[in-house]
Amino acid sequence: MHSLGYRANALLTFAVTILALMCGMASLSDNFNSPSPSAQVQVLNINWFQKQPNSNDEVSMTLNISADLQSLFTWNTKQVFVFLAAEYETPKHSLIQISLWDGIIPSKEHAKFWIHTSNKYRFIDQGSNLRGKEYNLTMHWHVMPKTGKMFADKIVMQGYRLPEEYR
Amino acid sequence: MAQYRMDWQGQKLAEQLMQIMLLAFAVIAFVSGYVMASFKMMVLIYAVGVVLTTLLTVPNWPFYNRHALIWLDPSEAEKHPKPQPSANVTQKKKPVKK
Repeated sequence: MHSLGYRANALLTFAVTILALMCGMASLSDNFNSPSPSAQVQVLNINWFQKQPNSNDEVSMTLNISADLQSLFTWNTKQVFVFLAAEYETPKHSLIQISLWDGIIPSKEHAKFWIHTSNKYRFIDQGSNLRGKEYNLTMHWHVMPKTGKMFADKIVMQGYRLPEEYR
Repeated sequence: MAQYRMDWQGQKLAEQLMQIMLLAFAVIAFVSGYVMASFKMMVLIYAVGVVLTTLLTVPNWPFYNRHALIWLDPSEAEKHPKPQPSANVTQKKKPVKK
């Protein structure tokens, strides 16, 4: 502590170390949050359902997606990334997941929402396995923190089924 | 400034003050941020604390020079001359040169 430079360096180093510890504690505090999210998806309409020239099935649908993800937000949350995936199995693959829609929720106020939309990303099967296919719609989310650990979870909604024939 | 460097007691005080102030502001900042559910508030309070601590402990304020070092009076110093290098050392070298 014998010179100004020495003191300034000691202060800066200590201050930054403490800041790192504070960020660690802030991230740990997220573990005390027990969220209770809810979600619901209605398939309002199958717009079309075709077999492409390259023999892949494709379906376009209109969805009504509603969710309440407010309880996911803590003081250490920067944003929540949410996406909706269609999940099904085929003889060749035990699990296929196709992302149909995603969004970024920037704050708690925006976390209770409903949206009426067609699928943002194309629902294409590599093959022609979709006729009469039973599938789940799973809402996944990533709670992105301001500092520290990211938490991810999902809600599985079962009981959806595609038409038997192409339209 | 009285001296261009802090005295020993002043240095100890500056170090302790710095550590205590930074820790205290960190605790206050974290608790406030958590209670107000505002990360921004935590960082802001801590930043203010760091600036205050810097202003108080880095410059050589007069209150860090209250226990001035007592240097020996020059007349006293002359009575105790600096020890000279021992004569044996120079003698050892000569035989080697021959």
